[in-house]
Amino acid sequence: MEVQIQDSVLIKSYIQGDERALETLINRHNQRISSFIYSKVNDRGITEDIFQDTFIKVIRTLKRGTYSEEGKFLPWVMRIAHNLIIDYFRKSSRMPMYDGSASFNVFSVMGDDKLNAESQLIKNQIDSDLTVLIEKLPEDQKEVLMMRIYKDMSFKEISENTGVSINTALGRMRYALINLRKIINENDIVLTY
Amino acid sequence: MEKIYTKATKDCKLVKAQPQTIEFLLNYSKSLNITTVKGMSFESNLN
Repeated sequence: MEVQIQDSVLIKSYIQGDERALETLINRHNQRISSFIYSKVNDRGITEDIFQDTFIKVIRTLKRGTYSEEGKFLPWVMRIAHNLIIDYFRKSSRMPMYDGSASFNVFSVMGDDKLNAESQLIKNQIDSDLTVLIEKLPEDQKEVLMMRIYKDMSFKEISENTGVSINTALGRMRYALINLRKIINENDIVLTY
Repeated sequence: MEKIYTKATKDCKLVKAQPQTIEFLLNYSKSLNITTVKGMSFESNLN
């Protein structure tokens, strides 16, 4: 009949430098502690993490010599695990984590605003084509369009700058857009991506 | 007498930490070195 060495003896051996004692302790209580953690967090990966963090604290306390043996090793370890579980839930409630499911994926409603490389190339090409098309416009229409789109000026500012009334500036902008559309359609140009 | 044992025994799942986790903990323990200087403890991990 195998005689099981008490936890207190193993702890004493470990503190004195016997690393195998730690292995025996961990293996002895592995299932009990892991099952306890899993029953709370219901996730194997998180269970592994919390189990690891628990025993890191145990190892550090034992090696520092600040552990006082009262015959309650397992309750002590369970208390550490319990506190780490609470920490985990506090952290995850501050930073909610979303897991995609078959019916809903959060990336369908949120995405990166930046264009990918292909889209950026297409956009650059479109911008370049547009610049060529704008050059074909009459000078007064081109001037108003450039001020409005590229310099982000208001029509009031455009009228003051060009010395015409606001209505004239508005009219020139309207005709600039109509003429641009005509040029695009006549030349079968595609300016979308 | 109050019933304190759950009937849902199938819901009680027994799990164990992976061998890799235990190996990590044992290696961590072997590498951990505590140095005490003037009442202050310093932890270091030896390679």
